[in-house]
Amino acid sequence: MSARDDVLNRVRAALGQPGAGTTPAGKVGTAPAAVEVPRAYRPAGEHAPGSPEVLEQLVDRLVDYKAHVHEVSADTLPATVAALLGELTDGVRVVVPSGLDDAWLAALPAGAEVVRDSREQPQTAAQLDAVDAVVTAARVAISETGTIVLDGEPDQGRRAISLVPDVHLCVVRADQVTQTVPEAVRLLGGHPERPLTWISGPSATSDIELDRVEGVHGPRTLHVLLLASG
Amino acid sequence: MSTFLGLPGLRRSTGTGSTATGAGAGTGTAGGAVADEPFGPVPHPQEPLRWGDAFPAAAKQTLANDQLRRNLGHATQVIRTKRAAVVGEVPDWEALRDAGSGVKEQVMAHLPELLEQLERNVTARGGVVHWARDAAEANRIVADIAKAKGADEVVKVKSMATQEIGLNEALAEEGIAAVETDLAELIVQLADDMPSHILVPAIHRNRTEIRDIFLARMGDAPPDLSDVPRELAMAARAHLRRKFLSAKVAVSGANFAVADTGTLAVVESEGNGRMCLTLPETLVTVMGIEKLVPTFDDLEVFLQLLPRSSTGERMNPYTSMWTGVTPGDGPAEFHLVLLDNGRTDVLADEVGRSALHCIRCSACLNVCPVYERVGGHAYGSVYPGPIGAILTPQLTASSGGVSGHGDPNASLPYASTLCGACYEVCPVKIDIPSILVDLRAREVDADRSRSGIDPWAAAMKAASWVMADGDRFALAGRAATLGRGLGGRDHAISVAPPPASAWTRSRDLPAPPAQTFRQWWRDEHTDPAAGPAATPKEQR
Repeated sequence: MSARDDVLNRVRAALGQPGAGTTPAGKVGTAPAAVEVPRAYRPAGEHAPGSPEVLEQLVDRLVDYKAHVHEVSADTLPATVAALLGELTDGVRVVVPSGLDDAWLAALPAGAEVVRDSREQPQTAAQLDAVDAVVTAARVAISETGTIVLDGEPDQGRRAISLVPDVHLCVVRADQVTQTVPEAVRLLGGHPERPLTWISGPSATSDIELDRVEGVHGPRTLHVLLLASG
Repeated sequence: MSTFLGLPGLRRSTGTGSTATGAGAGTGTAGGAVADEPFGPVPHPQEPLRWGDAFPAAAKQTLANDQLRRNLGHATQVIRTKRAAVVGEVPDWEALRDAGSGVKEQVMAHLPELLEQLERNVTARGGVVHWARDAAEANRIVADIAKAKGADEVVKVKSMATQEIGLNEALAEEGIAAVETDLAELIVQLADDMPSHILVPAIHRNRTEIRDIFLARMGDAPPDLSDVPRELAMAARAHLRRKFLSAKVAVSGANFAVADTGTLAVVESEGNGRMCLTLPETLVTVMGIEKLVPTFDDLEVFLQLLPRSSTGERMNPYTSMWTGVTPGDGPAEFHLVLLDNGRTDVLADEVGRSALHCIRCSACLNVCPVYERVGGHAYGSVYPGPIGAILTPQLTASSGGVSGHGDPNASLPYASTLCGACYEVCPVKIDIPSILVDLRAREVDADRSRSGIDPWAAAMKAASWVMADGDRFALAGRAATLGRGLGGRDHAISVAPPPASAWTRSRDLPAPPAQTFRQWWRDEHTDPAAGPAATPKEQR
């Protein structure tokens, strides 16, 4: 019998289904009672996505994680991107996903080099390692947990580009900010097959005496550019 | 002293002592016993789920380690405070626990169908699903995949499932080095040690010990490395970066697998998980068959419960989800290994099966007064603490873990005061105390049937005879004080003569006091003028 059939038969035996033999310890279990899952938890927050309360909470949580938050408008966004990249190094190299809004890069300093990445024309890991920063959009954010989710669409790019560079500039639109985890999960559930990366602050570890240290293997610096709707 | 990978005992017995790091060049100790350990006593297990002495003896040894107790006391206190704060701010926490418990119950009830559904969906998205009856079969599958890819090194995301099956050692026997990339796992691996906590495997090490381990074993650690956690984390980043960027094959576990979409989820902090799940061409995920959730929406429950319960954060820094293969983004090849390894025996137990609901958050370890004092190694399993005390015996049931005479795992259900703190914090409401009591009863029953006579019934009968008469009771009390001579300096009797040895096999017996209560009463209430106070009968 194949391992698959064997394991499935053991599971059936453990649940008391007839004709399935026994588990390795020679046991036959009993059928569990039918279960109705109680779902009395909040399916959504009391504040609407993008409301001032939700935005304020997101900023509070992000700062708590030692992420840097910049509240911008469509007009000030390019200058903020340029300033944050410009302060890294002269001749900064930045990777962007192929579907990023070009307007966001309109004010880059002279000498800045933009590397475009896509699934069709991907940068290698070594190439990404030679890049200073990455700029992406986001799919959704959760204020209660200070979380931003990327889903790999053309304005967010392949998972590797927001991972290997040491500085991540992530643009989140105000109307993308939900209050609770269930609101975000249900939105993402529309395309569960997309590769998802949930980001809550810069990389961190608590492995040494449970003392939280920000900045390990993922980007050590996370800038969130919170883009006002309008 | 050689640097070995993972489970040291297993590595030693294989005689392959090459290092993953190039550090700590070997002195040919592989295959033999190691006389001294540079980083303190470390266990050298033969089986990841059954090593060392039975709990009472093992706990006695670890309790003597003051440094360990200080490290653990500090760390568990920190994490308990953090957890309490972030759980306290969630208004519907109890409703989430109820939902989490209900979903897991539902998973167990429909496990065959859900596993088949998961397999279909992973396969439809370009993944390859393998099934493994036991550890050896799972290890074989992973080794064959790595070999087929020509890899002599794989990078690993921290995973309890691969700890449980001793994957690193199995790969080493095939000449494949498994590099742990989680910071705590790296510390454990470099120190040739064993994990002592589900979430923070190196919780028993403090910053100074970690600095010393890095300096001695990492190879490329800066010579002026300090014990500041940030500097230590940076040393690990530098050490692993090249490996991440060049690795061909990665091995991970999974926190959740969604049956109705085929989506896998890994929850982590450092970004080492993302590196492993994203950059290599081939990804192999080893997952226990109980890790399922039925629907994608069910993640909304567990992604609230898990981070707050485990690291005491509102959300962990990174969670990765992937569904089969996404061309152009991430690994081109994805293998999912579905592992039984004793889980179906747990499932067959009507009371104990809810141990399979565990989402490996480790909150029960952090609140356990026993764990905090004895540490993880005393449990002799990669699953320590309260959850380990119910999971390890059941996972090893087919080889005597629950009721086997003399099996060290059969003593694990006694590694608890039944205070109930573990149940209080469990995000999926596993009633650990009740399962402990049930497992104790089964161990006792098995013992009774073996010995032929029933010592419990005999003892009760004798006690009834003694207690029925005041004279007999007083006499018995005075006789008991004679047992005082058996106690040690700590006023505990660790080894008593039969029949009391049945008790002291798994716990200490307090040494009897110098006098009985009746004797004390008489002495305290003796009026020198009036003569002895009247205590009934005792005076005669």
